[in-house]
Amino acid sequence: MSAEVPDTAKSRAAILGAIRRGLGRDGAPTRAQREAPETRLATHPRNLQPARTAGADHGGLAHLFRHYAEAVQATVTEVADMASVPAAVADYLRRENLPARAVMAPDPALDAAPWAETGMLSIRRGKPTESDEVSVTSAFAGIAETGTLVMLSGKEHPSTLNFLPETHIVVLSADRVVGTYEDVWDRIRRKMGGAVPRLPRTVNLVTGPSRSGDIQQTLLLGAHGPRRLHIVLVG
Amino acid sequence: MEGSTSHDFKANATRELANADLRAALSGSDRTFVAGRARVVANLPEFDALRDAAKAIKDHTLANLDHYLEVWERRAREAGGHVHWAKDTAEARAIVLALCKRAGARAVNKGKSMIAEECGINEMLEANGIRPVETDLGEYIIQIRHETPSHIIAPAIHLTKAQVEKSFRETHTGLDPARDLTEPRALLTEAREILRKKYFEAEVGITGANFLVAETGSSIIVTNEGNGDLSQLLPRIHIVLASLEKVVPTLEDASTILRVLARSATGQEFSTYTTLSTGPRRADDLDGPEEYHVVVLDNGRAAMLGGEFHEMLRCIRCGACMNHCPVYQAVGGHAYGWVYPGPMGAVLTPALIGIEHAAPLPNASTFCGRCEQVCPMRIPLPGMMRKWREREFDKGLTPRPARQGLKLWAAFATRPRLYRFVTGLAMGALARLAGRKGRLRRLPLAGGWTRYREFPAPEGRTFQAMWAEKRGRP
Ligand code: SF4
Repeated sequence: MSAEVPDTAKSRAAILGAIRRGLGRDGAPTRAQREAPETRLATHPRNLQPARTAGADHGGLAHLFRHYAEAVQATVTEVADMASVPAAVADYLRRENLPARAVMAPDPALDAAPWAETGMLSIRRGKPTESDEVSVTSAFAGIAETGTLVMLSGKEHPSTLNFLPETHIVVLSADRVVGTYEDVWDRIRRKMGGAVPRLPRTVNLVTGPSRSGDIQQTLLLGAHGPRRLHIVLVG
Repeated sequence: MEGSTSHDFKANATRELANADLRAALSGSDRTFVAGRARVVANLPEFDALRDAAKAIKDHTLANLDHYLEVWERRAREAGGHVHWAKDTAEARAIVLALCKRAGARAVNKGKSMIAEECGINEMLEANGIRPVETDLGEYIIQIRHETPSHIIAPAIHLTKAQVEKSFRETHTGLDPARDLTEPRALLTEAREILRKKYFEAEVGITGANFLVAETGSSIIVTNEGNGDLSQLLPRIHIVLASLEKVVPTLEDASTILRVLARSATGQEFSTYTTLSTGPRRADDLDGPEEYHVVVLDNGRAAMLGGEFHEMLRCIRCGACMNHCPVYQAVGGHAYGWVYPGPMGAVLTPALIGIEHAAPLPNASTFCGRCEQVCPMRIPLPGMMRKWREREFDKGLTPRPARQGLKLWAAFATRPRLYRFVTGLAMGALARLAGRKGRLRRLPLAGGWTRYREFPAPEGRTFQAMWAEKRGRP
């Protein structure tokens, strides 16, 4: 079965023409008309940001992050270093009566933890299948403002790990917690480099476990994505 | 307009006022949406200043819409995405169908998209032998009931739990008929398991877009369930349906609007999942779609630029106006007869399908002003409804009784005591009928959207008497 996908160049011209008529322009924007938008795109100025995270130091940001994450039903454990992470994960799974088996992102940032030594966890690295119940990933950043995790897709982090398993465990180093969304955009721009930032295919901002209110406005966790979101905050 | 019953608001509203399930289903809105919004707004001292900032962003974007769309398109293409332009819904359907056919699609997963509703994507797919699977829980529920959404963010808000249970039993016939579905949790688990299997079967995933970001060529969706993510990550092809006013300049600008979106919509500080999608999967990615397409829909929006309804293009589809609207809360979303209900629908629907198909909608208002008070984008909804009414009146589209009603309105406006008397009278009648006294009391001119025309009863009959009589012949 094959089909011609319509060429929409004509519609494009008609739509842009209609927009320009509406804006009272004769044709494409002039150089002068382009200046303001071009500057905005190049400098991406920050608009008003809430003060709730302003001035907080690392400890303060981590504290706020935890507060807002827990307010949306994520759970948080704090550990001192990466060496303590596997035991904390095993502990959590035991407490929740979950199998000591997880699919883990092939992320070098997670290699620093002694997963094998724990001996209580069976870990597979890669992307999840339908039958995986628990995933373990790191996070690119945490945003204190709303307790939000930021995950970037890539060979080290398949995005389906954030959604398919019923339990998602996220290892987040405390020094990756920033105040606002804008702070994260700047970090991503630095990481990706280039004059024009090319985002990873998928950037996931995750704030608490999946939920739905679609059955008579009753809040239920675990609609399609994870029912449990557990954050291990390191350092 | 095909499929629309917006011209028949009066009959729709009369029917819905007598719908006891709707009463029960909507009764939770105050507790959830309204109280939730009030709570998170109280927690953010900058909320009103953020609304101003969000409005300014959209005003700037609309004033440079052609430029931002072109930049967005260029960057989306540079990232490997495909951009298709659709003047109207027929073009959008043709593009989606061709993409699905080329992919040999037999099933399509759908995340929630109002543009898909506007375009009738499901009907088109079904007519071509392709199975659309709605994955948002609310959308799934109304899909199996063969209904349309009644709310732009809570599509099944008009249904009670018992109605959902009944539909599940009728549809999921392979399951044990004796299973216990009394708890909402059981219903959710059943839907989750059924949809789980379907995620892996579809060749194409269709989502909407809350934003297009010019700076990065990305699209953004905001959801709570995670279905929009599975719908775009698992199939081979991801198609985004976006109307052209969704573009914003930068990630910073998207952030500002995101700060008011969830708070206004569901009373959350932030929605669970905010997802930025840029192009298809990269060479070394382990998952994600191989193709990424965006269909940019106009369908009458460009023509709104620079006109009386220009400001409606700032709308971010949060639903706050309908959550706070006494008319919507009394009659529900279906009464509005087309895709967009409530105050935003009363302004947008006539602009998109023509006032001649939607003449009653701008009258579906009590002008209490709550919608404008809560609208995060500061859209002057009551003022724009008045403009539509003036236009209708000028065109002679307003039916004669309504013209009398407008005169009556003016008469009342100058005689507040009479006004209060008549509204009090009508309020009682409507409230008894609706069984929702408290809410309907807020209607300044009761039945203003349905029955006020009968007030000056020449035969001296009471409003209630006429109301009762009218009810007898729908
Ligand atoms: S009109 Fe305002 S309140 Fe209503 S949906 Fe649009 S943005 Fe939200």
